[in-house]
Amino acid sequence: MTADVLTAMRSVFGRELLVFWRRSTEVMTALVFFVIVTTLFPLAIGPERHELMLVAPGVLWVAALLATTLSLNHLFASDYQDGSLEQLLMSPHPLSLLVLAKMAAHWVLTGLPLALLSPLLAVQMALPAKAIGTLVVSLLLGTPTLTLIGAVPAALTLGVRGGGVLVSLLVLPLYTPVLIFGAEAVAASAGQGFASVAHLSLLGAFLALALSFAPWASSAALRVSLD
Amino acid sequence: MSDGLFAARGLACMRGDRTLFAGLSLELAEGQALHVRGPNGLGKTTLLRALCGLSRPARGEVRWRGELITDLADDFTAEVAYVGHLNGIQGDLTAGENLEVARRVFARRTTPPQVVSEALERVGLRAIADRPARYLSQGQKRRLALARLLVLRRPLWILDEPFTALDAASVVGLSALIGEHLAAGGLALIVSHQAFDIPGIEDFELARYSRTRK
Repeated sequence: MTADVLTAMRSVFGRELLVFWRRSTEVMTALVFFVIVTTLFPLAIGPERHELMLVAPGVLWVAALLATTLSLNHLFASDYQDGSLEQLLMSPHPLSLLVLAKMAAHWVLTGLPLALLSPLLAVQMALPAKAIGTLVVSLLLGTPTLTLIGAVPAALTLGVRGGGVLVSLLVLPLYTPVLIFGAEAVAASAGQGFASVAHLSLLGAFLALALSFAPWASSAALRVSLD
Repeated sequence: MSDGLFAARGLACMRGDRTLFAGLSLELAEGQALHVRGPNGLGKTTLLRALCGLSRPARGEVRWRGELITDLADDFTAEVAYVGHLNGIQGDLTAGENLEVARRVFARRTTPPQVVSEALERVGLRAIADRPARYLSQGQKRRLALARLLVLRRPLWILDEPFTALDAASVVGLSALIGEHLAAGGLALIVSHQAFDIPGIEDFELARYSRTRK
């Protein structure tokens, strides 16, 4: 039975990657948004390295958060429209685990490239070299949490008119702790506050918490939405 | 309690605050099929969704092998194949890939890989298996959705307007397919406005339980 579930999860994960790969323009939207926002800031603020350095952690993290929010509707919307989601509900495996596989694929295609690209954009924002490692780690810990938490409102607002706006409104308050500790971790290692390890540990704790409740909560939300 | 493998008792479903039907009971034994009939808006789709566990009825119970489907949960869904109004086909995957996903995610592990090509052959889509599903016509998409039935190999088929968009030959083909399924001891619940010929299928008039126009 467990081997069955793992095969199913792997297949869902593979399917998502394949589908997103063939629709690469949609996937790129979040990444392009992230790049554009972090590129516009140095242009708008001016080339003052010190001023840029002060806002860099905040700007990078806010851009990453908004980029993830933008991509949330890819998670379920098209599957909802073509009926694949209905079929997923009729699978013989626990829905929460299949949803977890979908979330993992979503993160691999949005959060992961975003974290990998961030050092380049950090240089642009004049972030000190010593803080770049922390930035990548904080994004690697934070973005999966954003995907996990965001999936719940994304599932809940399926089929609702203006669902996209509703998702943003519902999700932003839940995102604030991640944003605060993520940006703070980067700022700390840039030499403006306490040691970053504490913040990173908290981000890790958020991730563990989200991993334990988000798949379950979003599968319950899916059942409600499709009732 | 009953001889029926699949049974519903005292079922009532609502749409918003409007009761569609109430006091509905039905029973299906091995090799038996029901053709659920009734005019539009009576709640045929709602009934099918309640019977396959996608939505919860307002009242009443649905049992599979004597046990409540809400208790069986995943063990019940492992026995049902549902084809709804939506085909459940991902347009960016090819026809073959769609069925391959169905096999890996939904079918039993013992299901051999060749069921996919056999199913495609059976519904006449073998030649265009490598074409992205969004380029298929409505009828071909419907056939692909129905090919999933062959991949899943579930005992209970719940089909909502399966004949929609099918050409005459495919209607005959699907009727034969359902006939074979019943002959092998399968169960089927079909909602359709179209005429079809499946030996031994019984009519089930939903209007008898309707509360909509009284």
